[in-house]
Amino acid sequence: MKPHRRKKLGIILFIAAGLSVAVGFTAYALKQNINMFYTPTQVAEGEVGSGQHFRIGGMVKTGTVLGAEDSLKVSFVTTDFVSDVPIQYEGILPDLFREGQGIVAEGEMDAAGVFQASRVLAKHDENFMSPEVKAALDAAGATTENHMPGTN
Amino acid sequence: MIPEVGQFSLILALCLSMILATLPIIGAYQNNFLWMSMARPLSAGVFVFLGISIAILAYAFVTDDFSVSFVAQHSNSLLPDRYKLTAVWGGHEGSFLLWTFMLAGWMLAVAIFSSSMPLEFVARVLGVLGFLITGYILFMLATSNPFDRIVPLPPVDGADLNSALQDFGFIIHPPTLYMGYVGFSVVFAFAMAALLSGKMDAAWARWCRPWANVAWAILTLGIALGSWWAYYELGWGGWWAWDPVENPPLITWLFGTALIHSLAATEKRGVFKAWTIMLAILAFAGSLLGTFITRSGLLTSVHAFASDPSRGFFILAILGITVGGALLLFAFRAPLMKSEFGFDLVSREILLLSNNVILVVAAASVFLGTLFPMVYQAITDDLISIGPPYFNAIFIPLMALLALLLSIGPFTRWKRTSTTYLLQQLGKVALAALALGVVLPLLVTRQISLPATLAVAIGSWIMLAMLQDFANKTANKATRLKGLRALPFSYYGMQMAHMGMAVMLIGVALTSSFSSERSVLLSPGQDVGLGDYVFQFEGTASVNGPNYVGEEASFTVLKSGEKITTLHPERRIYLATNTPSTEMAIDAGFFRDLFITLGEEKEGDSWSMTIYVKPFVRWIWLGAIFMTFGGILAAADKRYRRLRRKQTESNRSKGKSNSIGGELQPSS
Repeated sequence: MKPHRRKKLGIILFIAAGLSVAVGFTAYALKQNINMFYTPTQVAEGEVGSGQHFRIGGMVKTGTVLGAEDSLKVSFVTTDFVSDVPIQYEGILPDLFREGQGIVAEGEMDAAGVFQASRVLAKHDENFMSPEVKAALDAAGATTENHMPGTN
Repeated sequence: MIPEVGQFSLILALCLSMILATLPIIGAYQNNFLWMSMARPLSAGVFVFLGISIAILAYAFVTDDFSVSFVAQHSNSLLPDRYKLTAVWGGHEGSFLLWTFMLAGWMLAVAIFSSSMPLEFVARVLGVLGFLITGYILFMLATSNPFDRIVPLPPVDGADLNSALQDFGFIIHPPTLYMGYVGFSVVFAFAMAALLSGKMDAAWARWCRPWANVAWAILTLGIALGSWWAYYELGWGGWWAWDPVENPPLITWLFGTALIHSLAATEKRGVFKAWTIMLAILAFAGSLLGTFITRSGLLTSVHAFASDPSRGFFILAILGITVGGALLLFAFRAPLMKSEFGFDLVSREILLLSNNVILVVAAASVFLGTLFPMVYQAITDDLISIGPPYFNAIFIPLMALLALLLSIGPFTRWKRTSTTYLLQQLGKVALAALALGVVLPLLVTRQISLPATLAVAIGSWIMLAMLQDFANKTANKATRLKGLRALPFSYYGMQMAHMGMAVMLIGVALTSSFSSERSVLLSPGQDVGLGDYVFQFEGTASVNGPNYVGEEASFTVLKSGEKITTLHPERRIYLATNTPSTEMAIDAGFFRDLFITLGEEKEGDSWSMTIYVKPFVRWIWLGAIFMTFGGILAAADKRYRRLRRKQTESNRSKGKSNSIGGELQPSS
């Protein structure tokens, strides 16, 4: 092998080794950080393992939002119109969080069967339903039109 | 009637761009001078008609023409004029028109500032750009016409612009980002022209470099503006969320950064030719991917436009045809591009190569994290999301490695650099940087913290190495000042951009590790402490804006008992849509930001709120500004202009013998 070819091969091997280490790390990091998404029905049927960090999506059931008067704790019920899951959150809810609107919450279930959310997301554009929420409602067989209140 | 003129103008632009996409390229093959020389006037024509089109859309907004569906959806008679004008890019249709118009602007710029390049090459570049514009206009006319009317009964008033968009950031962020994004289409067109002609030499790289630098600089600014805007408008206290829609510009930026470095090696040493072309294609693909993700409705995000699937398919088709075609062409032509290969393991080439490998790996992992949930869903039907920890775990070590190598780059020479020379030059710098990293945070915070030490050490490593390099480069001149004057703009540009990287790294590391926040419920008169600061809630008052009503709270901020500022966060209700919106109050500072977002009113006048102290957060955007200036400085280097002048002169002398050529050369 000519010396400059050997050098070239060395560099290519070096890059290939670097890339495979990178790919390995990436795959590992990816595996560690996947958040599954579940619908209220899936949660009610016990598909979620205990202590698992996941996302849940559905509509905020009308008349269920209760804010504590002396703290930032708030609780509400999310529903796909088949099953309900109670959610607790401490903090300031997003601007577009409202009863009857779709939300996605991230967190885990506690022993009492209440979803302790670390993050609550609501969609900025209210004519548009998040694909996750829509999928949750479709899976539960609810037609979104019947349950969508007016834009106010 | 007037909106129809806009649409007509759009169709005219389509016709011209179709001719532009074909005639000059065919002319370049058949050496048909007349056809090639049509490229420049045609580009100007496309630009003018797209300009008329977008001006008419703006006019429809300003005159409240709610019979135009796009205007009715994104404006309201109460909307302030500056937002009426900028609501042009407040939704999918108009923003795509802006995107296309900006591409036409870049194309016109190429037509004007290309006198140093052979006509054949210019014809191909403009032809490729014309092809892209043809695709974009077809997409608009077929799936998202901004001039569609609501007939027969137009609404009395419009639905209003999304309240989160009614802000200064919205006026500047989208145009800047688009401008940078589409700039990479120009670089892509350069790459395609090289592949089409099969000629890919140092001259090509030299023509390409200023364009790549400017596109990169504007994209950097555009991303930074988006980050800054999200920080102060969305009220979650963060500046980057690894949102699937933030990621494509970042992917484009990473490929673009790799590209401007690889172009340097291609120009100076004739190496990495095929790789450079590949990066140009990848950067362009990144920009189209961003378009696809935001406009296909695949994702939930603050950026996503409400949309229908036909748009997604159309953009996917554009992406497939352009990028697929480019890759196919690449596969045929790349083996013809012989790169010289003659450099040692310690050389500037290797450092540039390492830079490229790191950046491409970073881009690929961001790409993977962004698209993985979509692919996963398509295969398993399960919905998943990839959290920020994934991105941080990969991105942070890669960028740290990049920063470590970044300082060595300028000291290395092409082909071969001796390791002892590097050690002698940088050994002291490394020690000094380490010492600063340990001592500075200790002096300021009186505690040892690994992130602070690393951040300061890496930051000073870059800055001190830069000073050392300046000292070396000016050492042989009569005075230092003369030495500094003799250094070219491109060198200053590089150092400035590298310094921007240092500043940004320090900002990112310190903000991420030392920010504090606290959510509390306060009644008027109560106060809360956070870090060194005490926030005193004075009470609220109602405010009425042009198209909203709201409550404004007053806070006094104290540090060691002394008042330093007052803050007025607001909570607004936008009347047209009845949407609530929080407006944070920020006290910005060089070393720290203080900010408050107001939640909602609870019993007995008390309000929920979140208070943040964010040290060094401004440095993130300051770093980006340095990078932007760096990119522009490098593009403004004399040698690109010197070359142009020389070439123009030779063209003129040629023009005498060829009268058509002389007339059609634009004066520069």
